[in-house]
Amino acid sequence: MDMFFSVLDATLRVSTPLVLAALAGLFSERSGIVDLALEGKMLAAAFAAACVAYLAQSPWAGLGAGIVAGMLVALLHGVVSISYNGNQLISAVAINMMVSGVTPVLALAWFQQGGRTPTLDDGARFTALQLPFADSIAQSALLKTILGHNVLVYIAVAVIFVVSWVVYKSRFGLRLRAVGENPHAADAAGISVKAVRYIAQLISGALCGIAGAYLVLAQTGAFIQDMTAGKGYLALAALIFGKWRPWAAVSGCLLFAFTDAIQIRLQGVALPVIGSIPDAFIQAIPYVLTVVLLAGFMGRAVAPKAIGIPFVKSR
Amino acid sequence: MSQPANLPRWAALWLMPVLNLFAALLVSGLVIALIGEDPVECLKLMINGAFGYPEGIGYTLFYTTSFIFTGLAVAAAFHAGLFNIGGEGQMYLAGLGVTLVCLQFGGLPGWLLIPLAMLAAMVFGAGWAFVPAYLQAKRGSHIVVTTIMFNFIASSLMTWLLVDKLRMEGSQTPATVEFAKSAWVPMLHELLAPLGFALPNTPLNATFFLALLALVLFYLAVWHSPQGFVTRTVGLNEKAARYAGIPVDKVIIAVMCVSGALAGLAAINELLGSTHRMNMGFTNGIGFAGIAVALMGRNHPVGILLSALLFGALTQGGLDLSFEKPVITREMIIFTQGLIILFCGALENLFQTPLSFAFKRLLKK
Repeated sequence: MDMFFSVLDATLRVSTPLVLAALAGLFSERSGIVDLALEGKMLAAAFAAACVAYLAQSPWAGLGAGIVAGMLVALLHGVVSISYNGNQLISAVAINMMVSGVTPVLALAWFQQGGRTPTLDDGARFTALQLPFADSIAQSALLKTILGHNVLVYIAVAVIFVVSWVVYKSRFGLRLRAVGENPHAADAAGISVKAVRYIAQLISGALCGIAGAYLVLAQTGAFIQDMTAGKGYLALAALIFGKWRPWAAVSGCLLFAFTDAIQIRLQGVALPVIGSIPDAFIQAIPYVLTVVLLAGFMGRAVAPKAIGIPFVKSR
Repeated sequence: MSQPANLPRWAALWLMPVLNLFAALLVSGLVIALIGEDPVECLKLMINGAFGYPEGIGYTLFYTTSFIFTGLAVAAAFHAGLFNIGGEGQMYLAGLGVTLVCLQFGGLPGWLLIPLAMLAAMVFGAGWAFVPAYLQAKRGSHIVVTTIMFNFIASSLMTWLLVDKLRMEGSQTPATVEFAKSAWVPMLHELLAPLGFALPNTPLNATFFLALLALVLFYLAVWHSPQGFVTRTVGLNEKAARYAGIPVDKVIIAVMCVSGALAGLAAINELLGSTHRMNMGFTNGIGFAGIAVALMGRNHPVGILLSALLFGALTQGGLDLSFEKPVITREMIIFTQGLIILFCGALENLFQTPLSFAFKRLLKK
């Protein structure tokens, strides 16, 4: 039973940034902009959050800085993709390289700790919520697993509900989906394609901002070079796995986080029949799953129709 | 990759890339100024590090060799309208092919072993590109996402192999044993020593000539062969190509295999030319840099040669610079590469409108 709760606990912790990033990608891709830049947005946010939280000694200031940094990177991706009709894939590859390169340089120049930022004190991090009845919660493994997280985990849960409402029930969501499926029809109906896509980019940046801030403020306590380590691509994989739908994408994130949580516990453990599985194989599961899914071997993943195509207004 | 219609050809081919490069270097310089260093002094140190002394030139050309191969790999796919981000993984897998051949047939003489290793590098690189290509051609899954996933899968696979299977006995570092001497591609200073040239000791090796040959062959294959014509037709208009009876699926698969094989040859330069063993992560971003090389070089062999030289100089000059100025680490080069990809690849229209406006006014006068 302990094993069950510890795996569940780890799954929730690992999935939080993935969920936020996958939902960020959902806005961008549903609006018709390919979002391979999730990685760069998250990494920039993590760096900004680490710097500001350290200087201001406040996790909330760090979170705010992370959101702003994520939005700025998203804006750059937006300007290239929306205003200059640039190649969105190339833009994202460029952005990821730029952020991965510039953050350790700035960290070294500003903090002289070899490309990382100073470790944050507890006061500058998000720690587990301090609830009333803390003693009785600590006694129950179930309650502890559910209630013993930091505030960002619960924000992420709220974000899932808000996003699925916005995408499917709100006026903006309808426009978002219209712009991603058929921008020319949306344009003819009087919707500004560019405005919707910019807003989607900014939302994507803000959500990636929370995700990146989470990595620093709730997990490591410092910025480390390339600390996103492919989480942006993993979130994108979850989004494809979920066929660009919020709840399905979230379940993809939970699945990937779950494989990660059991991977740590399976290290060196011999299973019946197959024996012990090398960690590398379990690490590769999400990527293999994405390839299989994209190939249509497990139900077809159909992307928004207008994805990746710059919108040029017809005259 | 649309050619601006109202710009003279020379301006579109030469002026725009130079302007884009200049913009990228300018932003780089701003960041250097931001961290309190003098950008002009840094630029001087870099140029001196890359071209200022014989040893520096040797290292610059050594890095150039790898970039030519990965740049050609990306360019080959671009000509068929495909964006191969998987060069990193293809090169990594090619390293496995090289290693297996060298460890298995270490007793063979060099004239047999080295070509065999090259063949293995090309086959393994092509094989790692084949699966994404097949899935793109037959199942319609997007090659960009699949090749990215294949980079991660390659990295996991190679970590496992290097840690658990191929690691040198009794060693902690995840690296193979040293290859037999017969597998080493001769270094340039060894080759030229009997002719009376005393070159400094650098990893620049005979693979460099292979890279130059590859550039020429690439030009002939793309612009002067039926296969090249077919490839460019698919790249320019897949539907028209299909209508004209071109087997688009086969072309996509074949071009991606060529692309993977080219990326694989970069492993020869690194493993048989320099390290003589396989280390974990030996690809070190060379595959990704190929994207920048191809975009900057406009997918043309001459452009690729020049931009590979630029990136070789950036790498070698950047390493020298980081000795002089410890604040500016090699990550600064990755940042600059990213900027070059951004300005040359995604923002290539940035200067087009003002430039064509300027040309219009000039012509009117």
